Amino acid sequence: MTTPKTLILDADKCTSCLQCEMACSLEHEGLFSPAFSRIKVFEFEHGKRSIPYTCTQCEEAWCMQVCPTKAISVNSELGTKVVDESLCVGCKVCTMACPYGTINYNTRSGKVTKCDLCGGDPKCAEVCPTDAITYGVAT
Amino acid sequence: MHHVIIGAGPAAVSAAEHIKKLDARSEVTMLAAEDVPPYSRMAIPYYLVGNIKQEGTYLRKNADHFEKLGITVKHARASAINPQAKSVALSGGDSIGYDKLLVATGATATKPPIPGIDLEGVYNCWSLADAHKIIEKATPGSDVVLMGAGFIGCIILESLAARKVNLTVIEMENRMVSRMTNRTMGTMIKDWCVDKGIKVLTSTKVDRIDAGDGQAFAVTTNTGDKIPADLVICATGVRSNTAFLDGSGINIDMGVVVDDYMQTSVDDIYAAGDVAQGKDFSTGDYYVQAIQPTAVEHGKVAAQSMVYGNVQANPGNVNMNVLDTVGLISTSFGMWMGVDGGEESELVDKDNYRYLNLQFKDDVLVGASSLGMTQHVGVMRGLIQTKAPLGEWKDKLMENPTRLSEAYLAGAQAQHQNNTA
Ligand SMILES: Cc1cc2nc3c(=O)[nH]c(=O)nc-3n(C[C@H](O)[C@H](O)[C@H](O)COP(=O)(O)OP(=O)(O)OC[C@H]3O[C@@H](n4cnc5c(N)ncnc54)[C@H](O)[C@@H]3O)c2cc1C
Ligand code: SF4
Repeated sequence: MTTPKTLILDADKCTSCLQCEMACSLEHEGLFSPAFSRIKVFEFEHGKRSIPYTCTQCEEAWCMQVCPTKAISVNSELGTKVVDESLCVGCKVCTMACPYGTINYNTRSGKVTKCDLCGGDPKCAEVCPTDAITYGVAT
Repeated sequence: MHHVIIGAGPAAVSAAEHIKKLDARSEVTMLAAEDVPPYSRMAIPYYLVGNIKQEGTYLRKNADHFEKLGITVKHARASAINPQAKSVALSGGDSIGYDKLLVATGATATKPPIPGIDLEGVYNCWSLADAHKIIEKATPGSDVVLMGAGFIGCIILESLAARKVNLTVIEMENRMVSRMTNRTMGTMIKDWCVDKGIKVLTSTKVDRIDAGDGQAFAVTTNTGDKIPADLVICATGVRSNTAFLDGSGINIDMGVVVDDYMQTSVDDIYAAGDVAQGKDFSTGDYYVQAIQPTAVEHGKVAAQSMVYGNVQANPGNVNMNVLDTVGLISTSFGMWMGVDGGEESELVDKDNYRYLNLQFKDDVLVGASSLGMTQHVGVMRGLIQTKAPLGEWKDKLMENPTRLSEAYLAGAQAQHQNNTA
């Protein structure tokens, strides 16, 4: 099996321009609203250092295991853990079970959202002007 | 190797699937007492609201899911077990032999011993069968009394409110969800409910229920109130399903006592989920947590032990709850009530219904609770479970607890740099 590609996040290159958050919320929610982005940039030391942060599609998949309605499954091609909104009841158990805090409740839809790598064409990596986010095979 | 699992809830299904993953050639049989495919009690509230159909509560969606995995689902109720003969007696009179046995029978909702509690129209809300009866009676405008505003009570409360019934909630304790909130947070949840038009009586007990004139009941409280009700729902407590184990020699306390491998006091018999008294991550004590995440994790540990023997110990399960009370979201993790010699950082914003409480032991997060937070709540679990030292971030969090995600990330980055250095 080939190693699936992942988002490679390089905090040193991030300038906190929030292009990634904009692109993400546009792709998934149809609006420019960082509050609904699945990738989040955290700023430290008053902006001197920023860290883009999102789901790593971890092997353990705590969210998927705990889900009481089997609303989360693995996309075997991409290795992503994907939420099926038609099955999600919005119970939020996955949001507390994920120890990374990268699956979150969306008050607009009443369901949870997480990174799905945009189906293999992640928009955050595409728009990032500094290559702080790239999409490739981690070394 | 024949693995028999008594039960068909989340603990049972988690165990069955893991057993098959670890040993594809083993034979796995799940005994299901209820006459429906394996389902999730947790999804019942969403079925009550009408967001999903009955099928939406099923733990696995394809009708042939278990068959395809080679797991047999046998609709039968276990009535006794015989560890000497290594067999389980079924209520129809048959029996089934096992090499390894998992007790995953969950819990049952109880009713307090008060006059009128057994009247038709006084229901628990625990199974799909209960849900069907409630859906019939909880019609818009009907008078409904909910006894108990604990965790399960509050979850049902949300569904009943959505069904537009005229709801009165009666709780014995001085606040709502006392199992996961301190007085400040519990009171904020109550204020929120009252603001939404729900009558909430705390520090109040139901003394009796009388069949009144016509259809309605009269629910009498210890304060002398008489509340009319078309339907009474009882969410005052649950009990682990262990009665059928009497005489088996298995050690039972609040639930089936298990060791760190999920084995009971009898060889080759394991227990998982709401029926099991397993290790609590925070205290190290053995306790019936009765939550979905623990049921799933128990199932996984038990499966590992049943297939490979007792080698991989359970470090304990973090107690955690998330609750949506008519739109107000609350969470609680680990030692949310604090520990001896610990410190707490608290943010109270009553006007906006926001609350955050962090509990520390030295510079380690040991518990947390929140109100009105939906983003990155999982990091609370992450920090508690990894016991990550917060270092300088501890003081920053003492000053401002809302910087939790930042503190988590700063720690995770430091860890990463250490690992790659
Ligand atoms: C309305 C409601 C809402 C809830 N919401 C939440 C929530 O938001 N978060 C959370 O963490 N938890 C919640 N819970 C609790 C959660 O559902 C349980 O912790 C979980 O179901 C436990 O799983 P289990 O497999 O141990 O037991 P159960 O789900 O109870 O399954 C037990 C299984 O054993 C079967 N069984 C019992 N006795 C026998 C027998 N003698 N022979 C054969 N089969 C038998 C039963 O039919 C059932 O299939 C909720 C529960 C309810 C009722
Ligand atoms: S919120 Fe949705 S995806 Fe998450 S555990 Fe509940 S049903 Fe599953």
